Amino acid sequence: MEKMTRVSGTVSGCTMFCHLDAPANAISVCRDATQVVVAGRNIFKIYGLEEDGFVERLNLRVGRKPSLNFSCADVMWHQMEENLLATAATNGAVVTWNLARPCRNKQEQLFTEHKRTVNKVCFHPTEVNMLLSGSQDGFMKCFDLRKKESVSTFSGQSESVRDVQFSIKDYFTFAASFENGNVQLWDIRRPDRYERMFTAHTGPVFCCDWHPEDRGWLATGGRDKMVKVWDMSTNRVKEIYCVQTIASVARVKWRPERRYHLATCSMMVDHNIYVWDVRRPFIPFATFEEHKDVTTGIVWRHQHDPYFLLSGSKDSTLYQHMFKDASRPVDRANPEGLCFGLFGDLAFAAKESLMSAPQSVGDVGRKTYPGGDRRYPIFFFKKPDVTEQFAQVSSALSVFESEAGSSVGMDWFINTAQSYLLSGKPFAELCEHNAQVAKRLNRPQESTTWTMLRIMFSEPANPSLSSNHNLNKSGNLPLVNSFSMKEMSAALNERNKENRQDNLHSLETNLNNNDENEETEGSEGQAEYLFGDAELDDDDLYSMEHDNQAAEEPEYLLPQEAFPLRHEIMDHPSAPEPVQEKPESPHVSGSEAESTCLTPMESFSLISVSQLLFSPHLPPKFFCPIVKEMLCYYAEQGDVQMAVSVLIVLGDRIRKEIDELTQEHWYMSYIDLLQRFELWNVSNEVIKLSTCGAIMCLNQTSTTLHINCSNCKRPMSNKGWICDRCHHCASVCAVCHHVVKGLFVWCQGCSHGGHLEHVMEWLKQSKHCPAGCGHLCEYT
Amino acid sequence: TFLSEKQCYSQLFSFENVRPGRNVNLSFEKDRASLLCMKALANRGRLDSVSQQMASHPQYLESFLRTQHYILYMDGPLPVHYRHYIAIMAAARHHCRYLVSLHSAQFLLADGDPLWLQGLEAAPLRLQHLDHINKVLAHQPWLTARSHIQALLKTGEQCWSLAELVQAVVLLAHCHSLCSFVFGSGSDSDTTPTPRVHHGTPPGYCLCDAANGNTALSPSLAGPTEKAPRRREEDEAMFSADPSRFVTDPEFGYQEFARREEDHFQVFRVQDYSWEDHGFSLVNRLYSDIGHLLDERFRNVASLPFPHSPDLKRAIWNYIHCIYGIRYDDYDYGEVNRLLERGLKLYIKAVACYPDSSKTPLCPLSWAPVKASDKVHVNLLVMEARLQAELLYALRAITQYMIA
Repeated sequence: MEKMTRVSGTVSGCTMFCHLDAPANAISVCRDATQVVVAGRNIFKIYGLEEDGFVERLNLRVGRKPSLNFSCADVMWHQMEENLLATAATNGAVVTWNLARPCRNKQEQLFTEHKRTVNKVCFHPTEVNMLLSGSQDGFMKCFDLRKKESVSTFSGQSESVRDVQFSIKDYFTFAASFENGNVQLWDIRRPDRYERMFTAHTGPVFCCDWHPEDRGWLATGGRDKMVKVWDMSTNRVKEIYCVQTIASVARVKWRPERRYHLATCSMMVDHNIYVWDVRRPFIPFATFEEHKDVTTGIVWRHQHDPYFLLSGSKDSTLYQHMFKDASRPVDRANPEGLCFGLFGDLAFAAKESLMSAPQSVGDVGRKTYPGGDRRYPIFFFKKPDVTEQFAQVSSALSVFESEAGSSVGMDWFINTAQSYLLSGKPFAELCEHNAQVAKRLNRPQESTTWTMLRIMFSEPANPSLSSNHNLNKSGNLPLVNSFSMKEMSAALNERNKENRQDNLHSLETNLNNNDENEETEGSEGQAEYLFGDAELDDDDLYSMEHDNQAAEEPEYLLPQEAFPLRHEIMDHPSAPEPVQEKPESPHVSGSEAESTCLTPMESFSLISVSQLLFSPHLPPKFFCPIVKEMLCYYAEQGDVQMAVSVLIVLGDRIRKEIDELTQEHWYMSYIDLLQRFELWNVSNEVIKLSTCGAIMCLNQTSTTLHINCSNCKRPMSNKGWICDRCHHCASVCAVCHHVVKGLFVWCQGCSHGGHLEHVMEWLKQSKHCPAGCGHLCEYT
Repeated sequence: TFLSEKQCYSQLFSFENVRPGRNVNLSFEKDRASLLCMKALANRGRLDSVSQQMASHPQYLESFLRTQHYILYMDGPLPVHYRHYIAIMAAARHHCRYLVSLHSAQFLLADGDPLWLQGLEAAPLRLQHLDHINKVLAHQPWLTARSHIQALLKTGEQCWSLAELVQAVVLLAHCHSLCSFVFGSGSDSDTTPTPRVHHGTPPGYCLCDAANGNTALSPSLAGPTEKAPRRREEDEAMFSADPSRFVTDPEFGYQEFARREEDHFQVFRVQDYSWEDHGFSLVNRLYSDIGHLLDERFRNVASLPFPHSPDLKRAIWNYIHCIYGIRYDDYDYGEVNRLLERGLKLYIKAVACYPDSSKTPLCPLSWAPVKASDKVHVNLLVMEARLQAELLYALRAITQYMIA
């Protein structure tokens, strides 16, 4: 017969809503899905569900001044008897209503046995006269509607009852959820004690719902923002699914005819209704976003129709949601992931459609690992389930492996960190030294930067160093990196290109800035030769970049590694058609011979020009904006080392120009890097030399010292100054008998001691130990 | 630092007195309490009288201290000196000298600007803006409205962020209710300035400074020479810390909620907005972990063994909420009159609504079996019920703001 109703197609309609006069607390539908009852503090009405809207059928709130019995926390329409309703009142009453009563007041029975608010009422699914209630007072009561009072009382013995639900399949069983996080299973015939109990959530369990088909499945939702599905059919209750939502879960309802779907709504903050596929716990299957305040009641319109959901809300509206109008968050999601492995491998997954874009030149040795690849465990591959309606997204996984034995090509970083001088010498010498270091490590751009800084900020009267900047012997590419490029997507390539363009531009702007102020002849020609040409001549452009890039951004590991190892890729058996030497490939054009374009001569002249330029006229302040830009540029490029080093060496000259937060951020990143490479000394030096308060205090963190109690000689386990075992203050000063919380000095002879200050003073006056042990202490 | 050392000794002595001797065989509970007290003393160099009073309920004391420590010193969006200043503002509403001077000292220790202590108008505008909600929450929390929240959060130079505001509100509610406890337990009276001058150290003066020996450690000249005059400054600030300078509109006080009912002040129905269902989720979302700490406090006070009937306890709790306009649908308020004697009702009302020793004389609790721990218990109930009431009103206003 149930099938009949469904087939006959009485359920039809569209997404629609109506305004209620007051906020709703709960809703319930009658069995044939034609009427819905809405209950709340100030509302108790029945609406008919018509094709094109809700129609008010009946107002059950009668009388001039309705009593609190009408203030409903919950309502349920009997699923067998179409005239029978039950409500749970906030004042603790359980009321039944008979729509067949001829008078206006439809109230049938009133049970006032609960002392506190009744949170939930539930009719037995098949038994006409059996009603169950759960209350704040911690009791559940079972009523026989033919009698005047309850037939049995169940005491949960664990705080308030939040929800009670009869099992749909087991005649005698019901589940109850509690405020303290417990869920209990009861046999209706045995009121003395529960059959099972388990802790489902931390904090209150607001709701539970039996699976309509699966006998043993119970879904629970709690204040801890989780929905859990429990399998009760086994001996031990087992959590089989868990969905993490973003707010406390107020209601949970299984979706009819969809084994793995359930709908949830929240009690606070979040107003949406979510339908989850419990097997896909990270993203809702569907979302209804109509309500403006929290949703308080949700119910599937018909117990065999998965496409209609009704909901009531605190915003005083009643909605019918159509499933086809739901929004599907999965469509907007971005199925991409990126992760570094322990040894520097990089795995990257993206939509297959993206990855299978026509291979460009950069994709030398490209190789995808579809799910079936033997080399990767099978769990990467999720078999599409026919019953699962979830959008199937298949991603391609790419793995960039680092070559064994290489330390991820960060040697330059370590070397630089160790060799840079940050303080202790005059400014000009520091710059000079650092320039030399950078040069030695094949980083000409950094080297030049240091030199320029020296020139910019040195006292004009002090043209200290001869310009022996023999910059550019570094024609060959530094082989700093050893990633073997198994794969290189076009996108990466593209970005790489952009980066280089940016480099060039910023360099250009830098130089153009200078140009504007320069009056010297000859220099212009040089500059143009260098950069003006570059815009026209591709080869020059690339070679120039090449140089920059190799020098300044070895941290961008992926891009430039491609070139040195180009030939290695050929060894790769599975590499499809190693494409080489295509003319439009930037990598190829960046061959070693060409990259010497920036000849020593030119760079030399560039520098001498700049020296001419501003040594006598311009105050150092003038350069601050440029230097600032330069620092930001380095930081953007990922070379915080340069940014921080320059920041420290320049000190007050530049500090005010850059806002504290940025500085702090740079320092943090650099220190983090240093510590990863275990360059503790350097990191400490940086911390000491920094001027940010937040950085300087880093030195004072994690200075834990494990001590034993001076009294009972056992380790002090807890924090604080009192030993847990003997209840004495440990480490007491022998002079003032107070707990020492700072420096503690003690005599190695008698092991008595105390505040440094106090002991020093004491020993000025006396030779003996302040503790009175008679030892002749010495303080040196 | 001679004076402060002397103070150390005197504190230590009083501590010896408080501490139950080792030779006495103690029950576990007492032991736990004394350990807690010792920890508090050793950590902060002092044991305030509030903790001493609460020590008769150790499990409660533990959660109280934990919450207080979390609000004042642990992670949170507000800087520490702001927190103490807000505490000063809150305590000043009830002229609680004890808390004002305690937090003034802590405020200075947290590198607060001594100028601010000259009065509210010397504090930054942002804090001054908080004055209104402070006033309302302290005396007539039912007036708290969405518009207050909106005004504070309105973007501008002096605006508050939601997270900051929530912390501030929790702080205010905590301090207001603590005023009630201080007043009820009579701790306020022992902080009249006279003995303090004698001792030379303000009550909240933290002895950590003296104890950790770090003050003179830095060999630089700056250390001792700068510290000494600053301390004198602190002392001055301390003795002159008159609560009324942090208060605007001093006439604003508690008014009978019941009498105002016809002015359409909606009764607050717990069934529509409760701590367990709504308040907790909101406060925990905006100020992480505070919900659990407060929850534990409420649970602890509810589970304290009460020698009289549990109905009496519920009656006291609901009565306090009732005078703040919060009603329970499932409670028969006739029971309040049946169970609470007139004297007890007067006492509760005085402690909850007028905890101001400068205006109300502390009426003695003339309640039949007045054991000291019972009195503390009643005071704790008042404090927690009041804290929850204020939080409920404030959080409801914030919820309404978020929905709109």
